[in-house]
Formats: sequence, C-alpha cells, structure tokens
Amino acid sequence: MIIKPYGDTMNDGKVQVSFTLPLPSKEESIEAARQIMYKMGFDNPQVVFYKELAEGFTFFVCYGNSTHSIDFTQIKVQKVESTTWSMAETDKFIEKNIGRKIVVVGASTGSDAHTVGIDAIMNMKGYAGHYGLERYEMFSAYNMGSQVSNEELIKRAIEVNADALLVSQTVTQKDVHLKNMTELIEMLDAEGLRKRVIVVCGGPRISHELAKELGFDAGFGMNSYADDVASYLAQEVSRRLKNY
Amino acid sequence: MQKSKLGLDFSKVAEAKEVAHSIAANVQQFVHKYTTVAVERTLCRLIGIDGVDENGVPIPNIVVDRAKECGRLQDGLFSLMGSAVVQTGLSPHDVAQKVAMDEITFSTLSICGKNEVSVALQPFVDKSIGLITANRKRRNNMIAEIGEGTKPYIYVIVATGNIFEDVVQAQAAARQGADIIAVIRTTGQSLLDYVPYGATTEGFGGTYATQENFRIMRKALDEVGVEVKRYIRLCNYCSGLCMPEIAAMGALEGLDVMLNDALYGILFRDINPQRTLVDQYFSRIINGFAGVIINTGEDNYLTTADAVEEAHTVLASDMINEQLALLAGLPEEQMGLGHAFEIDPEIKNGFLYELSQALMTREIFPKAPLKYMPPTKFMTGNIFKGHIQNALFNQIAIWTGQGIQLLGMLTEAVHTPFMSDRFLAIENAKYIFNNMQNIGDEIDFKEGGIVQQRAQEVLDKALTLLKKVEKEGLFSALEKGLFANVKRSKTGGKGLDGVCLKGTSYINPFISIMKNS
Repeated sequence: MIIKPYGDTMNDGKVQVSFTLPLPSKEESIEAARQIMYKMGFDNPQVVFYKELAEGFTFFVCYGNSTHSIDFTQIKVQKVESTTWSMAETDKFIEKNIGRKIVVVGASTGSDAHTVGIDAIMNMKGYAGHYGLERYEMFSAYNMGSQVSNEELIKRAIEVNADALLVSQTVTQKDVHLKNMTELIEMLDAEGLRKRVIVVCGGPRISHELAKELGFDAGFGMNSYADDVASYLAQEVSRRLKNY
Repeated sequence: MQKSKLGLDFSKVAEAKEVAHSIAANVQQFVHKYTTVAVERTLCRLIGIDGVDENGVPIPNIVVDRAKECGRLQDGLFSLMGSAVVQTGLSPHDVAQKVAMDEITFSTLSICGKNEVSVALQPFVDKSIGLITANRKRRNNMIAEIGEGTKPYIYVIVATGNIFEDVVQAQAAARQGADIIAVIRTTGQSLLDYVPYGATTEGFGGTYATQENFRIMRKALDEVGVEVKRYIRLCNYCSGLCMPEIAAMGALEGLDVMLNDALYGILFRDINPQRTLVDQYFSRIINGFAGVIINTGEDNYLTTADAVEEAHTVLASDMINEQLALLAGLPEEQMGLGHAFEIDPEIKNGFLYELSQALMTREIFPKAPLKYMPPTKFMTGNIFKGHIQNALFNQIAIWTGQGIQLLGMLTEAVHTPFMSDRFLAIENAKYIFNNMQNIGDEIDFKEGGIVQQRAQEVLDKALTLLKKVEKEGLFSALEKGLFANVKRSKTGGKGLDGVCLKGTSYINPFISIMKNS
C-alpha cells in the first residue's frame, strides 16, 4: 500500500510547513523559501504567508505536495510487548504472581525541570483519569521530582531496593536527553546493577525503539498512561522471576 | 470601600490577610536570629568584593568559607572584613585577596567595635547604595523619557545558553512587542552555592546568571528600548541557593524584575526551608530598595496539584508571600504575586472558573502587578489547540487587569521557543489585548452565578487553610504537605549547613539603610 500525506484527496501529498529564514522580507527571500520547499521534496510550493519577525529574519507559512511516498506494508515498529490492564487487574496479578509490592523509583532526570510526565505516571491522581502508581496497592512508588541527577537516582534505587527505574524526559534542548539517558545506562552497567533493575523511559519524544537503542528495557511515548506502565512492569517482573 | 464584582466579602479578605501576617511574623522571628553563607557573600559583594581566583572560584565564596571553617561566620563578614580593614588600612577588596591567599586569617583576627567597623566601611557601603540608587533613577528617567508598555506587560523568555545569542533573541522580541525579557537560567543553577563569573556562552536550557551577563543584556535592552520607544524590563531569577547575591548583582546592574520566592525553592527545588527563608528576607530588602518587581511562584503549585481543587492554596500562599514581602519593606506595587491558568480544558465552564480566580486575585491584591502564568500542564503538542488555549488565557488577562503576562507558547512541552513561536505568542496577545481592551469595564457578573460563587468558595477555603497554617506554623505546614501536595522537612533539603546563628558582633547595616529609604 503506497501512501502520501492526505489533504482532501487520496495521495495528493498536501503538507503544511512553517519555518523562519535568516533573510529580510523581500521578493528574493520568498523565492528562497520556495526553493527550500523544492529541496525538501515538495512540488508546487506555495508561500501563503510571510512576515519579517526581526531584522533579517522572515517567517514563512507554506504548502506543497510531497513527492515522497511510503509503502505502508514495509513498516515495522518495535512496541512494548505487554497487555494493558486496569489498576485492579494489575494489583491482583502482582499479588498472585509476585506476592509483594513492586518498588519503583522515578524522576525527571538531568536538565529537565518538567515534572508533568513523571507526575502523570506516578502521582496518586495520575492524568486524564488514569490513576498513577502511587494509587496502586501493589506498587511502592518513589517520585523524586525533576532535575534529579543519575547519581541521585541510582543511590535512591539502591536504598529502596528498586525493581524498576522510570526516567522522564519532557522538554530538552539540543538532544541533551540522549546523552543523559545513555549515561544512566553506563552508570548502571558500571555498578553492576543493569540486569537487576528494569529501566524504563518515557516522554513525548521517546519511542520504544529509541529506548531499546539507548539500552533501556522499554520506552513509553505520547498517549501512554500509568496503566500501560504498571501493566508492563507487573508482567516484566513476573517474567523475570520465572526465568531465574 | 472597594466594590467587588465577585461579591467578595472584604472583611473576610482582611481577616485572611491578618492571619497571613501572623504566619509571616512568626517566620520572621526565626529569620531575624540567623544568617547564611549566601547572605554573607552578599555583604561581601555590597562592600566591593568581586572576582574569582585562578580556579574560577568566586572571591566572596572563598572569604565566607574561610570564616565558616574557623567557626566565625556568626560574627558576620561585615564585622570581620571591617575589623581587618581597620587593622590593615586596606580596602575590603584587598583584604579579601589576602584572605584568599591566607595572608590574613580570620581565626586570629580580633573584632573591632561596631562603631569603628561601620565608620571604616562607610565609604564602601555608600558606594553600593549610590550605584543601586542611580540604577533606580536610570530606570525612572528612561521610563519618563521614552515611555513603557501598558499592562499587562508582555513577558517572554530567551533561553539559548549563550548570552550573545540571547541578546539577538531579546532584541527581536522587544521589536515584536515584548515588555519584559526573562533570561532563563541554565539548568540546575538554582542549586549552585555560588554565582558564576563573567560572560558565558554555554548553558543547558538557559544561560548562567552572572553579573557580566546582566550587564550585557541590560545594555542591549536599553539600546532596543530607545529604538522602539518603550522601556524594556529585564528579568532574572533570584531564587535557589544564591537568592540575596543575585538580588545584589541585579540591583547593581539595573535589573527590573526578579523571580524571588522561598516557598517555590522549598517545594520544587528541595531547598532547605530555614536557609531559603533567611536568604529571602535579605533578597527582598534589596529588591524592594532597588525598585525591582518580584515574582512569586504559586503558579507552579498547579502543575503538580489540581487547579480546581487546589486553587485556594495559591491564594493562601500569595497572601503569605505578600506579608513576608511587606516585612522586608517591599511595597505592594513591586509584588508580582503569581497565579496561573491551569484548569483542565476538558472541564465544563473551566473558562468561567479561570476568569473568577483571576479577577479574585486582582481584587484581593489591588496594587500588585500580578504575574499570570499560561497553560502548561495541559499543553499537548497539538500546537493549534495550544494556540487557542493561550488565546483564552490572554482574554482573561485583559479582562481582569493582570500585571505581567507570561506569554504561553504554542510549542510548550515541545521545545524551548523558536523565534517564530515567540512572534506568534506576542501577536496573539497583542491582538486580544487591543481587541478586548475594555471588556472588564463593560461586564458585571450575575449575583450568585458561577463566577461569583467560585471566587467566594476559593476565598473561604483559603481562609480555612491559612488558619490551619497559622496554628501549625509555616515550617510544620510545609512538613505536612499543605502546599502543592509536596512535603518538605525543616531540616531536610539543600543548603542547611550554610545557616548560622548570628553572634553578638554581627552587623548588617544594609537592612536598616535599605528598609528605611
């Protein structure tokens, strides 16, 4: 199945794009914007709005028809392999199969000052009607908040004998989160802890594939909630118990 | 008597403020007895000690650490330095150099009389006071000469990490209509127990607050201000472990707005409550004297707690912050008390609750340039909807006469703002502020309707909470998690080892000079 972006007709390839060029607002700059659009792979580029934001910087809103297409049948995505259960189901599963609480330490680590992600997963209240891990009977959840260093996270994990670490990365600059996440895995390796804990990351810019690439066990992206994470952890802890 | 559009009972407001005063006065009794390493470094800076050693360690840190190591922090750096100045005839700056090289040691230094110390340091005290006074005049003169934006002031952030790139972004934002430029600090600076030195070009998620960076940005904003015929205010962050030091540096370099809130540091940066409340007192005295508008961080409560259920904690905390600021001599006109537009957009009539809460805050703090924060918690990456959420936020701001409008970015929760994000945000705000300019004068609210009831309910709950905090004491209330659902112990958090009981030789002349001006 070959597909292109959809405007109002199948495979018309219509795309909206906005960007700023470091140019003043004049005819040549509009032409430059059109040519950038061509180079990005758009046919029939149209500049529908432009405005000089500051001296020598012009903002463009453009439309174009993408010349690229994708064979959808060739798409493979790595996904977290677990079934999402309700809170009650997860609690019951843990009680029956693990027989003790799962200990989780979570934080928004490194430079990230945003707690919205880790709070959504861990806090009692949760997010959008999905209760957080603190509300689960069979989880001991420690939310360390934001701007926690990898050292502090690992220290706490050892203190409370954590089964799993949750790392949240919401907003980052210049890909600093990748460096920070890689460092965590390296530090866990160095401490000989990597195999002892389940390491999970989450955030709007995180995918399971990226997480695996960075050496994490799982990654949760947009539209994942506490129940997804809780179910995964319950199933993974249980799986590991059976394998030892 | 002030008339409330919300049917607020002002006798209840007065009662709540009295309770808040008693809470603040209680804290103040504690604060008076203590000093901190940050307060002492600030005193060093205010008598002209600056610079770094060959390892980049700030001289004020070295001097204060020397005093602390030999157990003489309790005498205070003013007494110690003053005594050394009396005994050597050198300037404080030169004494500091010798202390750093261990040519003068505090352990063996005898303390001179308070009078002698004060006389010896008077010229240095006068110099800083003169500089800060001159900066205050500079601001007033520029505003008189070129004018300023109308409220709500449009507040945007720059955060490139490089002060020179920040200048480009800041000037661009001013040309687009920004009234206040905040240079976001690099990640984690609030937890550094020193202030870095010089111009800096590398930071994560923001730019180091240094005195040189302040100077560079001040100059750039004055230039662009003349060009756009509007005084452009500069904002930085006087919070974390270096509160009073940053206040002093900002005062010396003519900053206009400072985030300045101990409660925020305690709850969200896990800074020790004793440390930061002592630091805050001196920093607010400096900010008050320098004519700096402080911003408080109550808006953050709603990023962890629910904006409908916990709205009263914001109001209660604003009231405590107001009283703490008054005790530091900071006038109401400089109190940018914080609150936010953070109700879940799915809630029916959420707009009416936001409107009610914003107007309530306005009516309860009539003179304060309230700092109104945009939606962040429910910004999803759907930039199109986000732009509308910001539009609703802007409507409430113009409707209820907010003082400082921290513009929402459509790309909140995606990245630090692009130049175009900032442009779209300013365009959004200016469109609405102009198009709905006088809506607040035109509309009254139905008696007993949703808007009125909401405000009355929040006030009632805030009063109940304040009474509870009064009974507990602020420290104990923080330990029980009464704010933002976060629990902080009086002896936990960062920076407690920098707190010290004042000894009998202790002097800080700036407190009376600045408070009584």
